[in-house]
Amino acid sequence: MISELFTVTVLIGILASGIRLATPYLYASIGETFGQRSGVLNLGVEGQMLLGAFAAFYVALTTGSLWLGILAAMIVGALMGLIMAFVTVNLHAQQGISGIGFYLFGLGLSDLLFQKLMGTVETVKGFPPIKIPWFSSIPGVGEIFFSQNILVYGAYLLVPLAWFVLNKTTLGLKIRSVGENPDAADSLGVSVARIRYFTIILGGTLSGIAGASLSIALLNVFQQNMTSGLGFIAVALVYFGAWRPWGVLGGALLFSMVNSLQLWIQVLGIPIPSEIAVMMPYVLTILVLVITVSRVRAPSALTKPFERED
Amino acid sequence: MTEQISSTEQKLIVEMRGIVKRFPGVLANDHVDFKLLHGEIHGLLGENGAGKSTLMNVLAGLYRQEAGTILVNGAPKIFSSPRDAINAGIGMVHQHFMLVPSQTVTENVLLGLDEPRFIMNLPEYDSKIAALGEEFGLKVDPRAKVWQLSVGEQQRVEILKMLYRGVDVLIMDEPTAVLAPQEIEGLFDTLRAMIAQGKSVIFISHKLQEVSAIADRVSVLRKGVATASGVASKGVSRQELARLMVGRDIIFALDKKHCQPGDVVLDVRDIYAENDKGLPALRGLSLNVRAGEIVGVAGVAGNGQSELSQVISGMRQCKQGQVLLGGDTVSNHSTLFGIQHGMAYVPEDRNHVGSAPNLSITDNIIMKKYRKSPILKNGLLDMKAATKLANELKQAYDIIVPNVSTRVRLLSGGNLQRVILAREISGLPSFMVAVQPTRGLDVGAIEGVHRLLLTQREAGAAVLLVSEELEELLSLCDRVYVIYEGKIMGEIMIKGEGQDEALVDTIGQMMTGTPLDQIQKEGVVANG
Repeated sequence: MISELFTVTVLIGILASGIRLATPYLYASIGETFGQRSGVLNLGVEGQMLLGAFAAFYVALTTGSLWLGILAAMIVGALMGLIMAFVTVNLHAQQGISGIGFYLFGLGLSDLLFQKLMGTVETVKGFPPIKIPWFSSIPGVGEIFFSQNILVYGAYLLVPLAWFVLNKTTLGLKIRSVGENPDAADSLGVSVARIRYFTIILGGTLSGIAGASLSIALLNVFQQNMTSGLGFIAVALVYFGAWRPWGVLGGALLFSMVNSLQLWIQVLGIPIPSEIAVMMPYVLTILVLVITVSRVRAPSALTKPFERED
Repeated sequence: MTEQISSTEQKLIVEMRGIVKRFPGVLANDHVDFKLLHGEIHGLLGENGAGKSTLMNVLAGLYRQEAGTILVNGAPKIFSSPRDAINAGIGMVHQHFMLVPSQTVTENVLLGLDEPRFIMNLPEYDSKIAALGEEFGLKVDPRAKVWQLSVGEQQRVEILKMLYRGVDVLIMDEPTAVLAPQEIEGLFDTLRAMIAQGKSVIFISHKLQEVSAIADRVSVLRKGVATASGVASKGVSRQELARLMVGRDIIFALDKKHCQPGDVVLDVRDIYAENDKGLPALRGLSLNVRAGEIVGVAGVAGNGQSELSQVISGMRQCKQGQVLLGGDTVSNHSTLFGIQHGMAYVPEDRNHVGSAPNLSITDNIIMKKYRKSPILKNGLLDMKAATKLANELKQAYDIIVPNVSTRVRLLSGGNLQRVILAREISGLPSFMVAVQPTRGLDVGAIEGVHRLLLTQREAGAAVLLVSEELEELLSLCDRVYVIYEGKIMGEIMIKGEGQDEALVDTIGQMMTGTPLDQIQKEGVVANG
């Protein structure tokens, strides 16, 4: 039975769904990377994703427009980010605690809205795969990389874009400086508050899209707590990726591939208890974090509120 | 005559009129006037807490004054942020550097600028910054990450940041505190190069000697009030400046009595230890201190001084070697063990290690005494006895506060240090290690600390004094060890009065890594 895993069709299936499943991680983790590089830990990603997932699904269901769904998810995520920014930047809240609060808020509100507005699980027709001409016809590779939906392509394009912005632009320099030494940035006229508002709202927007990618591009349903910890893994991936977009990509792929593998193990009926299979990505999270986090250095001002002395 | 020349040839670039700045409970600047001329180095002298940094922070846009006006080239200006000040041509290099360690020199310089607009082409700016550094004698690799640089180099980056922004006025806040003697010369050369290019410099310091060496004119602040404004530094003596700073005469020569050193009290034998990052900080360091002598440890900050004092006091484990106090091994034991063997410790960080900021003077005083009578009575603290003790020490050590229940975080640096010294010395130690005991203190308080250390020496205690102030070591110590990268470069006997230039030069070379025997060998070769 194990040998079934190693047929070409199954391997292509595992890789293709692994590429696809990395999508929500990528949106959420890249967004979180921006926040953390500017010194803000947002543990509320999961809550933002849940609200984004619901908003996208409900709008798509009622209007029939997937793009309006994405827009709704972005607005909801950005709003969550705006509140988070106010609480952390202006009120100097403890970021670890307030983040958990935002998670619980998102969890509860998305559930409440689901109960009130929908009540039962429904499905939508999500974003269809787009076959990239010529590339998609390459055997194997075409199916793995070039027959995905638009949100998947977007997630992968986000990685080099984020890298470029962080490392090659003045905006990125400001973000990194605010996260490492906000006093220095402030002394040179960089507004620490404005930069952090920007990164937190950007993070919220991307988390909203991450949620939408689940509800209207990958699974095409909305259920209570459908993210089931994915937002927290996204936060962990930022540490795993050492606060670098390419590192985050590596982490996201590792987890999604393991996830994809365990799904296929269940599909093929390979006799590994499904509970164990489902545990695999989470166990991996802990293991990898233990190994990696001790050797990389977080942005110095991470979780530290900024206040000018006067 | 000089006045005439300056008024006709040098025009006013900055004028501050009637500046008032208040902090809760403190009037930091009380109607201060300050005038800076085009093309001068202007020394701003004052004790710690005199309001020098506050005044300059107002000029640099970091603080807003409550009253008073700032004129730049005759036009009134209102600065609401450092950026406004920089746009008006005024930049400041702070005592604590404002740098991002994980980024390159160039990135640190470019941060916050409008140009480059969005996309940065770093190599292009690397060469611009290298050229600028060349022009002003600020040697530093633009591509190096700031954390890789020495403190002196980091200071150059700070200066480059301001020069790149085209400032005409550079404010330097206590720039020499972190530098080795040779680096100070380099800094002075840079400042002179800036003057040659028509820029002006404000040099904040509490060191008289430096200010007379570099400044054209001097202003002095005392308790927020200007006691001298723009006097020519040539025409004023150090004694006069000191009087302007503290309001009374300071006796520079300390009354050091002759002491015959006794037996070895502290014996540090070949110790190895790591710093907090797990890197080697002490590599086979040995020294000893005898009863009735003060032994100094000289060196540039960060060469293992902190780790050495921590190993001796029992706050840090050593990997190899041992520390003997009166013949007993105290290294790798608890701090209590050391205390019981007669150890007193005046740590570097008096606010966090040396005291508990939110506790009262009394609580801080009894921290080493609460285990014994009279403070301990029937297993409980006798607060009456504790208060009595604290009051006695307040008298004896000249701690100026209304009462001993004051929280120590409200004390000035000098008062706090007196509280710590009172606690340590009243335990009648046979040995005391004091790390930077006068750092950040004003001239009067420094004198008090020096006297207490000398009293210890006369009482027959062994004192190890770790300091970055060479002058302090030379005037107090009987012997000085020089530390560099966790090793002793050599030991110098301090004979008597006055500072021998050759001696300072030798110590300077040792502080930058040349062992004493090598210097002597080269000296012999040169002379022969």
